[in-house]
Amino acid sequence: MSKFKKKKSGELPAISTASLPDIVFMLLFFFMVATVMRQNTLMIENKLPYADQIEKLDKKNLVMYIYAGKPSSRYRASAGNTARIQLNDKFAAVEDIKAFILAERASKREEEVPYLTTALKVDGDTNMGLVGDIKNELREVEALKINYTTRQGSASQNLK
Amino acid sequence: MARRSAPEVNAGSMADIAFLLLIFFLVTTTIETDSGISRKLPPPQDTDQPPPILKEKNIFVVEVNKNNDLLVEEVPMELKDLREAAIKFLDNGGGTGEDRCGYCQGAKDPSSSDNPTKAVISLRNNRETTYSTYIAVQNELVAAYTTLRNREAERLYGKSFEQMEKDLKDVNYAGNKETLKEDIKKIQFLFPEKLSEAEPKK
Repeated sequence: MSKFKKKKSGELPAISTASLPDIVFMLLFFFMVATVMRQNTLMIENKLPYADQIEKLDKKNLVMYIYAGKPSSRYRASAGNTARIQLNDKFAAVEDIKAFILAERASKREEEVPYLTTALKVDGDTNMGLVGDIKNELREVEALKINYTTRQGSASQNLK
Repeated sequence: MARRSAPEVNAGSMADIAFLLLIFFLVTTTIETDSGISRKLPPPQDTDQPPPILKEKNIFVVEVNKNNDLLVEEVPMELKDLREAAIKFLDNGGGTGEDRCGYCQGAKDPSSSDNPTKAVISLRNNRETTYSTYIAVQNELVAAYTTLRNREAERLYGKSFEQMEKDLKDVNYAGNKETLKEDIKKIQFLFPEKLSEAEPKK
């Protein structure tokens, strides 16, 4: 029943956490800026096959993407059931590839053009006929560096 | 009635909430890097130029039919045996005289390839072959070359070919990059990747 409690004097003052939200927001902004969002909305099924002899594709700005596969269920009514090619955000025909490559080349600086790589993101169930046609088109415009984009895994997983 | 001022909301836990969000995004974001099998397409051909003449025994024919079955040198084969078969073919070194292969460790079978520099793998697929099978076959063939290059690099320079290529890209590599480039070229010359793709048959 002590009326006059002695104030404790040895206590440490609490660390101010007022600036903590600022720090966290700074981090949040960093990650928001550093994260690359997906460039294209996929309109096709894109289950990539597996491979283990792979190389990384760095220098994202020097890569042109060609997608191919069956139209996903939303677009099946309008685009049909057979495998299609997708360039940028729309379906394309095989003949459009040349124009696409030339447009991509024109948008790059001249000294970068020899380093341009074409990444083929093709669904595993696609027939080779379509892929062969794409490759022929690429050969004709001399876009010879290609990369079959795959997932990491043993090749035997493809046969299931 | 006098209006009471609203009590102030305690903002002390805002940092916790923000942290929670941050950690969630940190864990879920993958800064995506694509990877895959890099290949080089042959340049467009002149049709009037005759194809180079190759000896039958220097060609290793891999055929994939429309049911995704593998036919290697006209014998059916499972995918898992393909790598071994390709290595055996490339490393055979059955040549004599000018075509002799000093570094091959194969069976030296005179009916198989003369020299890795002469040996060509020919891949033919049907238009109805699925892409995933094609990638699996490509993967195995590239793996065969990589295995042999690794072996040769290990013997000559004491480290694997893959390591040499990694070093070449590494900014902090301590050794001489020029000689490393030369060494890589030498290995590539010993086992050149001669993978030809025939036009698919209907």
